[in-house]
Amino acid sequence: MDLNNLQSLKFFYPETILTGTILLLVLFDLFLRNKKNLGYIAAVGCLISLWATLELYGTRGGWLFHRMIVLDNFSLFFKVISLLAALMVICMSLDCREIDGVHQGEYYTVLLTSTLGMFFMASSSNLLMAYLSLELVSLTSYILTGFLPHNRRSSEAALKYLIYGGVASGAMIYGMSWLFGMTGSLDYARISAALLHGEVHRLGLFMAFVFILAGFGYKIVFVPFHMWSPDVYQGAPTPVTAFLSVASNAAGVAIMIRFFFPAVSRLGEGGNWLFIPGVEWPHFLLFVSMVTMTLGNLCALNQQNVKRMLAYSGIAHAGYLLMGLVVLNNDGLTAMLFYVMVYLIMNLGAFLVVVIVANATGREDIEGYRGLAWRGAAIPAVCMAIFLFSLTGLPPFAGFVGKFFLFAAVIKQGGMFVILAVVAILNSVISLYYYAGIVKTMFLDFPQPGDPKVEMTPNNSALLGFLSCLTLLLGVYWGPVAFYAAQSLRFFIK
Amino acid sequence: MTDNVLTYMTFFPLAGMIVVLLLPSGRHNLIRWVSALFTVPPLLLAFWLYRHFDPVNPGLQFVEKIPWIPAYNIDYFVAVDGISISMVLLTALLSFLCIFASWGIDKGVKGYFALFLLLDTGMMGVFVALDFFLFYIFWELMLLPMYFLIGIWGGPRREYAAIKFFLYTLFGSVLMLLAILALYFTSEPHIFDMTKLIAQSGKYGTQPLAIWPFDQWGWGFQHVVWMALFIGFAIKIPAFPFHTWLPDAHVEAPTAISVILAGVLLKMGAYGILRINFPMLPQATADLAYYFLGVLGAWNIIYGALCAMAQKDLKKLVAYSSVSHMGYVMLGMATFTTQGINGAVLQMFNHGTITGMLFLLVGVIYDRAHHRDIDGFGGLAAVMPVYTGVTALAFFASMGLPGLSGFISEVLVLLGAWQKYPILSTLGASGVILTAGYFLWTIQRVYLGPTNEKYKTLPEINGRELFTLIPLGLIVIALGVYPEAVLSLLRASLDHLNQVVIPHLS
Repeated sequence: MDLNNLQSLKFFYPETILTGTILLLVLFDLFLRNKKNLGYIAAVGCLISLWATLELYGTRGGWLFHRMIVLDNFSLFFKVISLLAALMVICMSLDCREIDGVHQGEYYTVLLTSTLGMFFMASSSNLLMAYLSLELVSLTSYILTGFLPHNRRSSEAALKYLIYGGVASGAMIYGMSWLFGMTGSLDYARISAALLHGEVHRLGLFMAFVFILAGFGYKIVFVPFHMWSPDVYQGAPTPVTAFLSVASNAAGVAIMIRFFFPAVSRLGEGGNWLFIPGVEWPHFLLFVSMVTMTLGNLCALNQQNVKRMLAYSGIAHAGYLLMGLVVLNNDGLTAMLFYVMVYLIMNLGAFLVVVIVANATGREDIEGYRGLAWRGAAIPAVCMAIFLFSLTGLPPFAGFVGKFFLFAAVIKQGGMFVILAVVAILNSVISLYYYAGIVKTMFLDFPQPGDPKVEMTPNNSALLGFLSCLTLLLGVYWGPVAFYAAQSLRFFIK
Repeated sequence: MTDNVLTYMTFFPLAGMIVVLLLPSGRHNLIRWVSALFTVPPLLLAFWLYRHFDPVNPGLQFVEKIPWIPAYNIDYFVAVDGISISMVLLTALLSFLCIFASWGIDKGVKGYFALFLLLDTGMMGVFVALDFFLFYIFWELMLLPMYFLIGIWGGPRREYAAIKFFLYTLFGSVLMLLAILALYFTSEPHIFDMTKLIAQSGKYGTQPLAIWPFDQWGWGFQHVVWMALFIGFAIKIPAFPFHTWLPDAHVEAPTAISVILAGVLLKMGAYGILRINFPMLPQATADLAYYFLGVLGAWNIIYGALCAMAQKDLKKLVAYSSVSHMGYVMLGMATFTTQGINGAVLQMFNHGTITGMLFLLVGVIYDRAHHRDIDGFGGLAAVMPVYTGVTALAFFASMGLPGLSGFISEVLVLLGAWQKYPILSTLGASGVILTAGYFLWTIQRVYLGPTNEKYKTLPEINGRELFTLIPLGLIVIALGVYPEAVLSLLRASLDHLNQVVIPHLS
């Protein structure tokens, strides 16, 4: 299917609903007294859009708007991911002290706009569209990061984010212009055809890929485009950090997979993808993956601030995720999709506990978690332990299954990939040290007099219960979700 | 009921954990009794299992197999055979007794017993699981409660000991995970079912890999996978040089947890090697057993004994004696003789009961004197005659006095070793002398001699403590006189296991 603008609208209603919600939010912000209700409106909008997205799931797919964006299971999967993330972050924001003090109308509007941008990131099939959607997400992220008025850290973070983002997207569009010059097209399908049949300058193409990787790398946060993340994660309001760490990361994964697989590689036999001979981007990424996970984990070891530590842990997880990419087969990609799903659940859970603790104590440093289990907050402490051990990759939690699939894809490929697997497992062991460090502070240290009690609001406890049960459940019975991930690996190519 | 006996044994404690979590946290005695209640059915089922286990059949018994994640051929598959039956019995018994040994815990009672019951499920699961994936889940499941039990209820250096234990074991188990995946993808169709993997053992290549340094050593796929699994298990055993977590963890853990650590967790390493390395990778086992099980085992015996002799802390002494005694297990396994391998598994069982007693006894004196300094006592025999009597029994059993269970297993191991590796056997036998040395010296310093004035009024061992010790003591004596009670269960399966490896010996 190659649909024109009007025909496309029929398949465009999740985005339309989301846009409608954004406009409604702006409107209601004018006369609603209790700004908290805006949050509920945003949540309802997300829910309807989620229903609409799931409704489209499984359709044949096609190009919309003259091949600008593409509709397939793959893009719908990532739309679901970003909607789920947005929903949970809205729920988290409703009872977050940091958010209470800001202009909530703008906050939810920008949050949903960012989600809309992620929709386009997941589905763009044109270099220009990819760039624009990435920029839409970036711009809204800068605003969200700097949302805390009169907070120097927040402003500093936003500025740093902006500068890094500017450089990265500049490099990316430069790379895109090389690619355009070499292939004469912005359309993924035509680029693919041109690369596979025509003569290309290999080094030039490799350089174009490296430049483009700058843009993707800065969204997924891998080395060397990771420098912004610790500061931004620490400075941004916690729900925003949570949103960036899962949704923005997932959208980056989506745009990267779509660019590197259907656009510039060719599907061979048995679900293996063949890259353009001589343009060794997988080997480059293999190296990047190892460096990313090692650097992330080593830097996380010594952090005093939980959000900053989770930022470095996020870098490490980006490294794990790349493992699924470099093996160049469908197993690896499925493992990535599954991991994105699992990472969404456990990482949001961990940030939710950060919000709960910060609401009660105003502290985000690890010391502020001292004896959490013994001062009336046994449930958040236990949930945090579940999320952290899940992030480490211990069974019977979801994170284990996610890592298991990634390792499985790597080991299956064999050869030199075994080195990657060994590096990754050593990293898992290193990561235990800092995750368990927080668990230690919560359980093994005892509170001192004067440490405030921690209480939860109904919204937060419901979300916390949901996320931790899901983390446990997916660790024991993940069949349906794995099936869903495998189903979602359907690209619309022609 | 009888069809799912292993499932009940495994998951009853987990149900207990949920019940304990629902109880009000202030009712300490209620929590203790409910926990005890939930360890009784596994114990009764263990007796039932003992009675109904068919010792002649070398194959799997009480099999349960249900598809779990069919897309990846993962099954819920549990069963027992001669390799695991003794460990299942030991786990059920020690879990039950250790609940009573934990009676004195009064901080965070609810959390303690909930975690203890979770640990119980994990341990039982490891010994009954026959699906590789399930095995791994149980293996890791055990780590979490253990970390908290040592870390929250342990001694002064509990945090260090807990994280060290955790990191060491995790390192081993992730290596194991890679090995599992390597085996999974080599099998056709891809399976985690251990019995089928064993049936395909011919598929795992033994040609030297063209990767440095394995080509230099003549190692093939089998050898590399064997090594990855072995390191995972060796950390648990613990074999030198991976043993350094053990003294820390044992010393810092509360008494009951030390008992579980020594009695059950250490056995998992040796059990894993017998269950997985031996039948699945027979060629590599035949090639590598001498160095990594035989030599390392003999080294463990001597090294552990010498370390134990140098200790000033009673609990640390017992911990190092574990290192030494697990050396016999490794040495026995490496021989591939009937005596050696049966002796090894019997030694696993005996070490569980004897060291369990030793740790309980150390706990008794620590609860009274609040220190464990060997040189800080003296003449306790006059103050606590009953306690001293039980201690003497445990010490003598541990040093292998004829008539007690430790003797039988050690002699069997040394007999087996003598046929194959006379030098290692000699070294192992000299370990017996060293063991006698440090235990007798300890008896002299702690129990004999002039009574220490400070401890003139120590109360005698009480009924609850005796209740935890007497069953173990009876088993120690009974197996010393009639070892056939356990040996008969093992023989068929272990001989079968030997037959798998022996053709590959060059």
